[in-house]
Amino acid sequence: MKLAIASGKGGTGKTTLSVNLASYIAKFQKVILADLDVEEPNSGLFIHARLVSKKDKFKMIPEWNEKNCTLCGNCKEVCNYNAIIQLNSIILVFPQLCHGCFACSELCPSSALKMVPQRIGELQYFEDGNLSFIESRLDIGQEQATPLISLTKTFIEENFTDDIIKIYDSPPGTSCPVIETTKNADYVILVTEPTPFGLHDLKLAVGTMRKLRRKFGVVINRYGIGNDAVLNYCVSEDIPVLAKIPNNRRIAELYSRGKLIYPTIPEFESEMERIRTYILRKAYCK
Amino acid sequence: MKEIVVISGKGGTGKTSIAASFAWLGGKDVIVADCDVDAADMHLLMQPDYHESEDFYSGEKAIIDQDKCTQCRCCIDVCRFDAISIRDDMLYVDPLECEGCGYCARICPENAITNEIQNAGQWYISTIKTGSTMVHARLGIGADNSGKLVAKVKNEARKIAIEENKDIILIDGSPGIGCPVISSLSGVDFAVLVSEPTISGLHDLKRVNELVKKFKARAGGIINKADLNIRITGQIEHYMKSENILHLANLPYDEIFTYSMTCGKTIVEYARNDLTTSISVIWDTIKQAI
Repeated sequence: MKLAIASGKGGTGKTTLSVNLASYIAKFQKVILADLDVEEPNSGLFIHARLVSKKDKFKMIPEWNEKNCTLCGNCKEVCNYNAIIQLNSIILVFPQLCHGCFACSELCPSSALKMVPQRIGELQYFEDGNLSFIESRLDIGQEQATPLISLTKTFIEENFTDDIIKIYDSPPGTSCPVIETTKNADYVILVTEPTPFGLHDLKLAVGTMRKLRRKFGVVINRYGIGNDAVLNYCVSEDIPVLAKIPNNRRIAELYSRGKLIYPTIPEFESEMERIRTYILRKAYCK
Repeated sequence: MKEIVVISGKGGTGKTSIAASFAWLGGKDVIVADCDVDAADMHLLMQPDYHESEDFYSGEKAIIDQDKCTQCRCCIDVCRFDAISIRDDMLYVDPLECEGCGYCARICPENAITNEIQNAGQWYISTIKTGSTMVHARLGIGADNSGKLVAKVKNEARKIAIEENKDIILIDGSPGIGCPVISSLSGVDFAVLVSEPTISGLHDLKRVNELVKKFKARAGGIINKADLNIRITGQIEHYMKSENILHLANLPYDEIFTYSMTCGKTIVEYARNDLTTSISVIWDTIKQAI
């Protein structure tokens, strides 16, 4: 069971929900939490677990071999990303723009562009009892988050069986990193807040999930602030509202210190139980 | 002409509410560019009239002509993104997986594959309620190339600023540190970093600041919700000092952020109190700094 936790708007409580839900489920059964918000990974600030392993992650980029090159210019023509340019008798590769398609390398008539690995980030794997936690962190200055998200998902698929509940903490927005995180999820929870920004970005996220044909539901965070427009929207669109987390300054304070919420706030714990029950039912009725 | 970008690393720190307040305070002197293209919210507060709109085309996807395809599977062999699969003896491209590299089209012996340029969203030029101009956009659902759309919005804003002889472009950036953020930072003079005193807020501020340092922009920091955790507020102040980030102000945890948004107003229009005075002072400080 793969459960992705996403949102259109940032800062609505994706990480709060991910870490609390994962930790709460771990009281009952084995669960994996993966922080796929590789640009700004924060789940690890709330999870205190033992580091099991650490791996550099790479993407493949072309490296120019001057000796073999005949300066035919084929490479810069085949590159659809403008990642290769020719300056007189020099071929320049821009690794940030390269998507690793291998076309320049494999179509080079003189084997002058060999594909070599370039580090894009790091994956860390932690364990704490029933909870396995995986965090990937994009190196600063790297533009593309998607390849690192994809490599992290591969790591999880290779190391854990399908029957374990896997929670993917997604980046905000609706663009490619979010698609990569949610596209194979069995269920997606969209976290929102009952404000105009929350509603507007929720609609974008709902549009994205419908396009991806994902099953999804909504968790309303900071419930009680703002207005009823988010709730009315969910009702009119027939979108299940899995939980309403109350607007409570104590929750914000606990979060600010890096603390889990459910052990101290019973109303929050009851919402976690509500979500857990819902997700388990979804997992068995897949 | 000077460019100011408002970014935050972490989402939900109050970035857009603060940027919209600056847009209100700047009035007709400021061209606004909403570069948070995959969750653009500035328009909810600025009443844009969308008087010009244009489709944005960027990125390609491969399409297989089934009449020409002989199922030789050469394309499957070269595709590094596993975007091509076989169903009922026919080859299909999964548009979600296709990165538009064009390799398959180049090597297809039957010339059965073409690349089609994608509509990746729309961008707009609007007159907003301050009487000034805003350039904004909407990224297509699930579209790639948000960085390129950001660049488009910024370039249009620059053109307008030159035409209308305006001195300041105010840019609302997106969360994170990836391509849209990098694109919104390029060429700016001043980066306003909106943070909050949570361990995530501090962590994300440090990462986004490391990115800002790769550009020539001067940086200033706002700690929003500063009274939520005084200890971390102190840590952020200390960090900003050590990094030579101009400390612009600490703002209180105030639900006015939500109330004003619910009425479709910027904070500085909605209320007149210590918070809004602070925001006005911040805006004056930034104008002086540039």
